[in-house]
This record gives sequence, structure tokens and C-alpha cells, in this order.
Amino acid sequence: MKRFTRRDFLQTLAVLGISTGIEALLPAYARSRPRVPAPRRPRRSPVTYDLTIAETPIRIGGRKAKATTINGTVPGPLLRFREGDEVIIRVTNRLKEDTSIHWHGVLVPFDMDGVPGVSFPGIKPGETFTYRFRLRQHGTYWYHSHSGLQEQTGIYGPLIIDPAEEPYPYDREYVIVLSDWTFENPYRVLARLRKYPGYYNFQRRTLANLFEEAREMGFWKALKDRLSWGRMRMGATDIVDITGATYTYLMNGHAPEDNWTALFRPGERVRLRFINAAAGSIFDVRIPGLPMTVIQADGQYVQAVTVDEFRIGIAETYDVIVEPQEERAYTIFAESMDRSGYARATLAPREGMEDPIPPLRKRPLRTHADMGMVHEGHEGHAGMRHEAMAAPTEHQGHRMPADTTGHHMRGGHDHHAGHAMMAGMMGGVGQPPGMPPEPKPHGDDTHGPGNAAVPMITRSRLHEPGVGLGEDGWRVLVYTDLKSLHPREDFRPPTREIELHLTGNMERFLWGIDGKTYSEAPESIRLRYGERVRLVLVNDTMMEHPMHLHGMWMELENGHGRHIPRKHTILVKPAERLSVLITPDEPGPWVFHCHILYHMEMGMFRVFEVSEPETATRTSS
Amino acid sequence: MLTALAVLPARQLRAQAQPLVRFMNEHTLAFVLFDLLETSPALAGRPVQWDMDAWLGKMYNRLWIRSEGELLTAQRGGEAEFQGLYSRVVAPYWDLQFGARFDVAYGEQTRTRAHLALGLEGLAPYWFELEPTLFVSQDGDVSASLVASHDLFITQRLILQPRLEALAAVQEVPEWGVGRGLNRVDFGLRLRFELVREFAPYIGFNWSRLYGSAADLARAEGEATRTSGFVAGVRLWY
Repeated sequence: MKRFTRRDFLQTLAVLGISTGIEALLPAYARSRPRVPAPRRPRRSPVTYDLTIAETPIRIGGRKAKATTINGTVPGPLLRFREGDEVIIRVTNRLKEDTSIHWHGVLVPFDMDGVPGVSFPGIKPGETFTYRFRLRQHGTYWYHSHSGLQEQTGIYGPLIIDPAEEPYPYDREYVIVLSDWTFENPYRVLARLRKYPGYYNFQRRTLANLFEEAREMGFWKALKDRLSWGRMRMGATDIVDITGATYTYLMNGHAPEDNWTALFRPGERVRLRFINAAAGSIFDVRIPGLPMTVIQADGQYVQAVTVDEFRIGIAETYDVIVEPQEERAYTIFAESMDRSGYARATLAPREGMEDPIPPLRKRPLRTHADMGMVHEGHEGHAGMRHEAMAAPTEHQGHRMPADTTGHHMRGGHDHHAGHAMMAGMMGGVGQPPGMPPEPKPHGDDTHGPGNAAVPMITRSRLHEPGVGLGEDGWRVLVYTDLKSLHPREDFRPPTREIELHLTGNMERFLWGIDGKTYSEAPESIRLRYGERVRLVLVNDTMMEHPMHLHGMWMELENGHGRHIPRKHTILVKPAERLSVLITPDEPGPWVFHCHILYHMEMGMFRVFEVSEPETATRTSS
Repeated sequence: MLTALAVLPARQLRAQAQPLVRFMNEHTLAFVLFDLLETSPALAGRPVQWDMDAWLGKMYNRLWIRSEGELLTAQRGGEAEFQGLYSRVVAPYWDLQFGARFDVAYGEQTRTRAHLALGLEGLAPYWFELEPTLFVSQDGDVSASLVASHDLFITQRLILQPRLEALAAVQEVPEWGVGRGLNRVDFGLRLRFELVREFAPYIGFNWSRLYGSAADLARAEGEATRTSGFVAGVRLWY
């Protein structure tokens, strides 16, 4: 285990106290009065960590729980490296079942990727597996078990790789690991969802709240809207599968009442590294009174963009810089997307201070835009959130970066042809590289009984903040805000496209790709080493899916040319069609899956297989 | 649960078409639901009635067991039916089911009969659970049943369930009280409170009426053709 010396501690305020109770059960960065060590100096010899995975009793919000832990804590310890480091991590399994560790977003040889059955056989009870690889990137990442539902029971932790040169200087930094905890056995949770998918939804539309809605939009409109959802057998309140009814939402392992506190001195630039390590929760993060400047997304530096709130999909990371000027406490508030609960921490000049916790907002409703319906927005939905119906330019207009004109000129209703022609001239397929896809009606294939329904039309929703966001009068981060800090050198157009449809049947809790679970479609999707491929993701379901590709970056085509942002996980909205460019540059099998743990566990998972390098294929195209 | 299978070198993967990872969707799940488990104290014989659905299976193919019936607590008597069905998902919201049904009637003497069953189970637009089934008895008598129900959420835990059950037959089968045409319609309203999703006590009211020659047969036996009364019970599932 790597030990940090006192000299490494950045905060002079952080007096080393004796940790007691829950604090002793947490790694240093996650304690109150946390200590995040300073960026490391370059090292010549390999950086070594020893991680032991075991079942450990812990406390969550004062309640006893049994967790699977890494070195005894939830979250696990912070692993900190410097770009270029050679890394050796020995993982010992003290559980009674197999385990594994996957380095999320970190580029490694395939046999170090930690997916049991695909990259390696997994780590058997009592065994130690040694991961060894050289880091060829920097940024904020995380690591987690890829075995069973161990991610839900605590096997996750942060991983930071410091760059040689920091483009956004800061005075102080904190890691904020968001996660969710259930005191239930997660296999029981999954079984319940399979038997009754609405099990954890206690925010349905009911007769009681019909009258509330009637006051807002008129009785007939409210009733008509409900009937139209009923006709489709879709739930307007299906926002997430698992809610605050069972989840306790955590920040650095702390329940809201524990009020994890991070200290600052007014005037300092404080970097917060947010990691969503939840198994089933998407969070909306804000710090009332404190604008956040996003500088990194998924470990990749982006051009600074200042927002008041951002949505963080499962497995995504966002680094933000805040500059609190006042001698006061600020609440770091992360609401679950369905508003059934929140995680909370405090940013304060001293221990024991707090700012009022904002009330949870009203749970959002799905809109007809989430179903990919085209014309419904014009009638009968007053008071509903139907922002996606309007031309996107009007809506988030002030947030649209100037150089996306080509894409946001298109509304949901009109779309110009002609991009295909342009692309043809540029020697690639489909739209020119970097441009989001054109809206497209769904084809005739409805993907069988594994998929409940298909959207009429699928289109880019990268400029939309997402369900329940964007109507509070403050700035919300959208995917079109993300611009890589540095332009990409390799900006070749793709030579082929692979289109995958994210499918599901909420009534049966079936989740898959192209209507099939992995067990029904186990054939690998083949990629040639070095080729340039456009992966088109189409979400045919009514839920968001954070899709994660191992082993290579997904360059999100959001209209910024060579400033195309790279991501390892992309939250795909309902009825959305988006595209990413990929350049497979590491041979071997790489998995692609929904990072909602319970969706992956139902088979929303595929294997991509990258061929061995051949000089000929590398230079063709 | 992930199970690690043998790891293949990347090159060999090209040929393989077996899943490298096994997920929970391949695991068999068992479900039991007592949609009705109730007593009607005001009715003759104080019957205890039930309607049970159970299934065992993975995603698309399941074994279903259904049972419904009533047992009298004040006197000897009652009837029960059991169905064993193979069920296959044929559409996003619909399962096609076929199998066998066995009827047992207790009373002065116990009688049994068997049927073949073919039906659908699923969810119709506007959230109506429907279960239409066609039966052919061992003697070639054809009958059909329809169960329809809907859950109306009054609050997040207080749920009103209207439920309709209708029986019709092609041939008269007097010893089983079956007449030609529409035989019987039951309509119930049950108000349940989900203490937890799996356990919901309820109270309700049930109307039952016999029609046509089925009603004639009942009258000949000295039985009522219309009954109604309060019910109290619990809805359970696991």
C-alpha cells in the first residue's frame, strides 16, 4: 500500500485528528476534514498498490450494514498516479465468491481490463491478481468490481492520474464519489424488479395527484395526457428503476445526515472531482450560490464552461472548479434524477457549518419527446415539460456554442438533407465527422418482444439538459457544451458505421441491444485495428442509458469539429440518436454495456473485438 | 451473477458464438401471486376464495401454474381448478399459453374433469390485465373464460382494483352447472393497501350473476342466481 507523507497533504487546515466511528471506516479523502494528497512527482519505478477485497461491516447513516469493501472502506481508497507511471496493483480476494477490478476509463491492454470471462478469468476466493500496465493518459477516473452486483455493495473507488502540466491551476481539491446504497440484498432488488418493475416507484400518477395536475394544466388536459400514456402502456413517472424508497444516496460514503464536509478558505480555487459510482442512480449536482466551472469530463480536459447544475450519468466523471469568496457554508447537493432522494455534503470554511438543504424538486414526468413523438407537443400538454418539442435553438439558445450552428439550426420538425452528400465529398460515410446525426424515423424493425415500442423519430438531444432539468432559471450543462480543450489530431472521417439500438421492455424488465440480451446475441462485434468507425446509438426505450465502452474513447459528435470531446460513458436520452467516432487502437475483446448495473445484469451488454494490428489495415482509408 | 468462463485469446474470439459472461437474465426466477385470497362471510357456506398465479422461468419461456376456487368453511363443499401451462412471450405485452386444466368439485361426492387450455395473458392498452382462455374438456365440451382487471392508484399505496370474470360455454354440461352461452359474470371492486408491495390487505364487494341455462340449472338445484357480498382478504406475492 502506498502511504502518503504529511508533506503531501495540500491542506494546511486539515489538522490530523483521531478518526472515530464512521470516519475510521473511510479512506482519508472521504473523511470529514479530508486530505487529498497533492499531485505526485514523476516516478521512475512502478507505483504499487495492494487492494484487498473483503466483506466488512460498515455504517451507512448510522445504520449497520454489511458491505463488500476494498481495503475495508466504501468507497475504496484513492489510487493516485502520474501520467506515464508504470502501475502495479495487486488485488486479493477475501470474499467467498469471485471478484474483479475494472479500471473505468483507463486505457490498458485487454487482459488488464478486469472483466471476468472477457479479459481474464476473474479473481477466485483467496487468490491475488496482479494488474500491471503503463498509464498513457491523465484525468479523474474510478475503478470498480465487474463481478455480479458487487458494485452495488461497495466495490468502487476513485483513481486520479495527474498530468505532466495542469492547464487549470487550483489551490485545493476534493474527490466526491457519488453512490447509492441499499440495505437489501441487491439480488433481491433485481428479482423484485423482474417480477414487478414498478416496485420502487412511489411517485406514480395517482387519483390523488390528478387533482394537483388538474390545477396546473386543467382537468381534461391532465386526464387526456394520462390516458395517452395509458394507451401506450408506458409510465410517465418511470424515471429510474430503483429509487430513494430503498436507496440511501452517498457522497464519499456518507449519508446526507452525516454531512461530509470539505473545507476551503475564501478566495481559493477549489477543484471538485465528481465521480458517479452509483449502481442505479443518475444525479443532478449543484451548489446553490456557487457557480461551477466544468474543466474535465470523463477525465478529459474541456474548454471551461460555467454552469449552475450538471447531470452526471452513472460512471461519468466531471471535474469542476469553484471559487467561494464568502466566509459561509455551501451545500453540495446531488438529487437523484427522479427526485426521490439526494446525496449531500457541505463546503465550508470551518467544520460544523452548514447551509440550508434545498427542497427536492417535484418529480419530473416523461414527455412525448421521450417517446419520439413528433406532433403531440402542440396540443394538450400545457404545463408539461415538452421542451424537446420546441425547436432546440429557442430553448437552450443561450447555452449553444457558436460553432454548432450547422447542427442546432435543425429543429425537431424540419431537417435538411444534404449532409450525406457533403460527407460523400469528404470521403467518409454519413454526416461529416463531428456532426450529430440527422433526425431519422425509426425503421420497420421493432426488435421483437424484448422491446416494448419504438420511437416514431429519433434525433440528437445533445443540446437538451434532460428530463426534469432546464426550467429552474439557472444554467445546466448540456453535452453540446463539451469541447475538448485541445483539438484532436486524428480527425479522419469514419469509413463505416455501426448502428446499435438500445432496447427494453419495462413491463418485463428486459433490457438489451437491438432487442436481444447478450446471451441471445453473443457474437462479438468486430473492429479492425486502427480503423475509424462511427458508432450510432439509438435509444428506443423511455429511459436514459449510460453506455460505456471499454478499451477506447468514444468521441462524441456534438458539433465542435476537432474539439470533439472524448468520453468513456455517454448518457443516452430516450428517443435519442447520437453518434460517436471510435478508433480501436488496442487489440482484444472489449465490452460495451449499460452502466445501470441491473440493466447490464439483464444482458444489455455486447463484446467488441478489435483485431491484431496489420500495417495494411492501419493505413487504408 | 457473472461467471467467468474460459478466457480465449483475442484471435480465437472471432469464431466463438458462446457468451463469455453469464448474467442474471439467464437465471430462473419463481413468482407466486395470490391476487385474491379472501373470505365472504355473508355468503352461504362462508366460502374462502382464491385466485393464484405462479410462474417459473427466465425471460421468454415460463411454466405457469394457475389455481382458483372456493372452499366452504361452514359445510363440506367447494370447487377448485388448477392449470399447468407453458407460456411464451409472443409480443411485448402478451404471452401465449397452453396446457391443461383440472377441475375438482367437492360436495356429496367429489367429481373431477380435465380440459385442454389455450389462452393469452397480458396487458392491454390503458393498463388492463387480460386473461382470455379457451378450454376443451375431456368430453369435448368447449368453454371460454375472461378475466380482466385494472389497478387504479388512489395514492401510492392505496389501490382500487375493479375485476371482471366471465364464463361462457358452447355446450350444456348439467352435472357441472354449465349452460349454453354466457354462464356467469363476476364483478368485484377491491380496495387494497400495500403495506409493502408484496403484502396488501383489502376489502371489497363482489357481485355475481348466473345467466341463461346456467341460471336455470342453479334454480333447479335451489341455488341463488345472484349473489353479492363484502369480501375481505389479502393480496400476496413473492
